[in-house]
Amino acid sequence: MTVLADLTFSAVALSAVYFLAASGLSLIYGLMDVLNFAHGLFMTLGAYAAWDLTTHLTSTLSAPLNFAVGVLAAIVAGAVVAGLTELWLIRPLYGRPISQILVTIGLDLAAVGLLLGGFGSNSLSMPVPLWLFEATHWGSLSLPNADFVALIAGVVVLVGLEWFLRRTRYGIIIRAGVENRDMVRALGVDVGRAFTLVFILGGAMAGLAGLLNSVVFNGDLVSPLQGDGLLIFAFIVVVIGGLGSIRGSAVAALLVGVVQDFSNYYLGSHPGMAEIGNLSVVLLLALVLEWRPRGLFGGTL
Amino acid sequence: MSARRWSLTLGVVLVALFALVPLAGWHVPWVLPGTVNVVNATGTLEVLALCFIFGGVALGYDVLFGYTGLLSLGPVTFFGTGVYVFDIALTRWGWSLAAALAVTLVVTLLLALVLGAIALRVGGIAFAMVTLAFAQAFYYLVEDNPHNLTGGDTGLALASNRLPAVLSGAVSNTRSLYWLALVYLVLVGVVVRVVLNSATGRVLVAVRENEQRVEVLGLRPFGFKLAAFTLSSLIAAGGGIVYILLIGTAVPSAVASITLTLSILVMVVLGGPGSAWGPVAGAFVYVYLQQYLLKVAAEPSFASLPAVARVPLSQPQFLLGALFVLFVLFVPGGFAGAVARARARRQSRRPAAPISRGET
Repeated sequence: MTVLADLTFSAVALSAVYFLAASGLSLIYGLMDVLNFAHGLFMTLGAYAAWDLTTHLTSTLSAPLNFAVGVLAAIVAGAVVAGLTELWLIRPLYGRPISQILVTIGLDLAAVGLLLGGFGSNSLSMPVPLWLFEATHWGSLSLPNADFVALIAGVVVLVGLEWFLRRTRYGIIIRAGVENRDMVRALGVDVGRAFTLVFILGGAMAGLAGLLNSVVFNGDLVSPLQGDGLLIFAFIVVVIGGLGSIRGSAVAALLVGVVQDFSNYYLGSHPGMAEIGNLSVVLLLALVLEWRPRGLFGGTL
Repeated sequence: MSARRWSLTLGVVLVALFALVPLAGWHVPWVLPGTVNVVNATGTLEVLALCFIFGGVALGYDVLFGYTGLLSLGPVTFFGTGVYVFDIALTRWGWSLAAALAVTLVVTLLLALVLGAIALRVGGIAFAMVTLAFAQAFYYLVEDNPHNLTGGDTGLALASNRLPAVLSGAVSNTRSLYWLALVYLVLVGVVVRVVLNSATGRVLVAVRENEQRVEVLGLRPFGFKLAAFTLSSLIAAGGGIVYILLIGTAVPSAVASITLTLSILVMVVLGGPGSAWGPVAGAFVYVYLQQYLLKVAAEPSFASLPAVARVPLSQPQFLLGALFVLFVLFVPGGFAGAVARARARRQSRRPAAPISRGET
């Protein structure tokens, strides 16, 4: 019973990171038809920004404050790079969806190449408060604090995003744009600004996801290819959830996290099955597509 | 002579010239990618052979991407299948060359049909993501080293004792492997041309242009898309077989990772998707530059550059990625598109020439 509860908790924390990575991707695709390969880059850059600031500039601060600076740095770095990507690379290619995908692939290749050249291919260790590696004990349960942080971040972003999309003017424009972009434009709304906004939002969440991925699942290590690894799972979550659907992303992230963690725990220790968690996620994707080719929540936001 | 006859003649001449390269012992400074500045040095031949292999793979990929309009992010699955099944059959099971070839063909065919049938249930971007997911599953599988078959991250060296002497991995055989790679490229070129010029090829282009219309005409696009997917997969696997013969070792990061998929995509886009020779030209430029830039970065004088210039310039991935971004932004249609535009411009300058619609 305890094992089951522990396992569920860590699966949910993993899901939270997947959700943060996938929701921006899903919004960008839903609104703009852009499959954003640079999303992995935004995650990696978020983690590197946090690493750089917390090891150099603000390392004299107290550990919790330093970590808070890192979180902020990851969010801002992701948002700024994403915003510039939209303005400089995506915008000139409106109406050419394949070229937009290609340009994000090129950006990802080039920037990861730069990171490899500048920081080397080895992982760097991020200074984080020791508290994160301790666990909170509830009766017989011991729940890692890092998982709590991921979970809280995921829930806060989910609630915030739902509020933003339903209650604010720009959120409503974005939702309408996902439904029917041309109609929104015909009504005299500047959809272009919404495009930039969606990229900034997605980039911010990606930066946060990149940092949390490092802290929660990679033992506080930062590496140039970490974002691209996470991106694959974000893609899978987006397709299972249905392109453009935030709720779909949330549900699919839970599903993927649980399937991956449970299959890893129960089957991964057998010889030759170390990758069973990853493989079962792909199998899940194939099954969902057989059953519902448009994903669980395809077509609605 | 018609433009078509011209390009055919040019192709034949180029192939003949490349076929003679291993016999040319000239010393050429600067431009060669190997460390020895001799045209038929082993290093040069190996890089050129890689150009041929990826030229063929890129051509096959373009059947799917440029002609049928399907963005697959999984060509590496089949390239890797070619590499690993062939390697495992020869090395682990000790089969004969013919048996290894046969089993590679059958496995690739079945895998392409099954994965293609699942992935083609969705279209557009979702298709890209699903093929990517399968490719990633393949990578995990290979890296995992199930039953000690693939060798995992350490790789699986090809045991050459079951191969005919001319193909075994000895350095002196680079020449015959070079010719083998050239034969592979020519074969792929011919097959792709024949298929694209057939009625099936025209349906593929129609699927790209307007799938619904194909359906209305009473044809089932699914079957044609699956055929294109399978053909492109078989070509990729063939490239994998020649690759493992040439390189002699299968390592997941080189033959099964997403980086290779993206490289193939970059080659096709640089050269010009949907054109007869573009993908081959793109593959040549990509592979050649990748090796050449590494050579330049290893020059002693390079180390004296300030870090701001040295770090980016020493990363072929950065330079090729940046080049790719510039091409996507400013050179639509890649090399082939640029050539077509230049030709159209020259034609429009001649006042007597009839108005042609010109490729865009």
